[in-house]
Amino acid sequence: MKRVVITGAGTVNALAQDVAGTFAAFREGRSGIGELDIRDVERLSIRIGGQVKGWDPEAHFNRQQIVLYDRFTQFTLIAAKQAILQSGLNFDGHLGYEAGVVLGTAGGGVNTWDENYRAVYEEGKNRVHPFVVPKLMNNAAASHISMEFNLRGPSFTVATACASSNHAMGLAFQMIRGGSAKAIVTGGSESMLCFGGIKAWEGLRVMSKDACRPFSANRNGMVQGEGAAIFVFEDYEHAKARGADILAEVVGFAMTSDAADIVMPSKQGAARAIAGALKDAGLAGDQVGYINAHGTGTAANDKTECAAVADVFGHHADKLMISSTKSMHGHCIGGTGAVELLACILALREGVIAPTIGYEEPDPECALDVVPNVAREAKVDVVLSNAFAFGGLNAVLALRRI
Amino acid sequence: MPNEVRDRVIAIIAEQAVLDVADVKPEATLEDLGIDSLGLVESIFAIEEAFDISVPFNANEPEQNAAFDISTVGSIIAAVEQLVVEQKA
Repeated sequence: MKRVVITGAGTVNALAQDVAGTFAAFREGRSGIGELDIRDVERLSIRIGGQVKGWDPEAHFNRQQIVLYDRFTQFTLIAAKQAILQSGLNFDGHLGYEAGVVLGTAGGGVNTWDENYRAVYEEGKNRVHPFVVPKLMNNAAASHISMEFNLRGPSFTVATACASSNHAMGLAFQMIRGGSAKAIVTGGSESMLCFGGIKAWEGLRVMSKDACRPFSANRNGMVQGEGAAIFVFEDYEHAKARGADILAEVVGFAMTSDAADIVMPSKQGAARAIAGALKDAGLAGDQVGYINAHGTGTAANDKTECAAVADVFGHHADKLMISSTKSMHGHCIGGTGAVELLACILALREGVIAPTIGYEEPDPECALDVVPNVAREAKVDVVLSNAFAFGGLNAVLALRRI
Repeated sequence: MPNEVRDRVIAIIAEQAVLDVADVKPEATLEDLGIDSLGLVESIFAIEEAFDISVPFNANEPEQNAAFDISTVGSIIAAVEQLVVEQKA
């Protein structure tokens, strides 16, 4: 089996439009959540989000590209460009045939759906732009990356709601480990901060009107974010042979299904995924120093997740650190696991644990070290990243310092 | 009017619980009736639609929803009556 390493990272999210800026925000415990600037916001009861502000598509793309690129594709392409540049890989030659793209997104081109439904239903138009379908499809971003960078190997998009990115990155890991690709551009993207996107979430009554406060006793729901994070996963021997700068090693992955409820999380399903990732990596629980939590800030997720961690790690659960960076960038839905993997890389590479901000009151049902409000310096060797989706689909990655 | 509110709320809850309206008593809790968290938000949606009101309810803090007490069928009826008065004034 091949070892798998990360040799490039890129991102666009509410905290920054690159990795360095995102790391800086994690260190500072800065929030990117604020008032939403979207059409018809006055008809929404939820008016905050982790929105990418100051996004100017014309600074990055020409007119012909913009008519084909939904906002989620735009974020993905810019993040991918950063990641591939950092990796130093060039896929123009033979490597392009041994490299692919595996991305996660829950909704794909939600803004495109929203704008065009508005045009035909609200404005009564009987004609839409000819590129609506190729713009909104879930695999649009993956396909545009493949075209832009000549990636001709295994390429596809997975949609498992809030676990999409972790499933995508887990599959990328397995494909390289199994020898079916030398490199995979992977991660995820989401952009559903539009009227229809927020309105749909309002219906479930799980959104907070003021802040995302994971693990805090006074938490009152999730706050949606948007953005992308893209990584280059590469065969370790290939990376080593070319002298690449290795950001971290991906050592394990597991996925489970609760087979129980379409929205309520299950402690057992989450615990099986966490334990499965450790087993896949050949790690003992006490080697784990940090967990990037799913930590949505809902009543149900946070207590279930803490109980699952306590079950898997026993006494070590009180020693490890667990934080939710959703408190800063919001819940980026299908892109969230990818944005959160950045916090894992920051922990392994720079020894900085991103905090859970907005933490105000201890909750006895979340009695773990959640790194409240202030980033912490700590040397950690192994980290996990949790993602537990609606539909009961769980995906956990294990990474190691290298 | 109050009786009309009561009857319509009970009809909504009975439909959600798949029970006869006669079996939905004011003292019953939603749990007694087998209504889970999704059934609750669906019932609230049906109430909002039926009365054209907005119900302040966040599933993350049910005990803090002072304006909408969901502890029993009776408390829900009382809350809806209050909201109808306030929002239709």
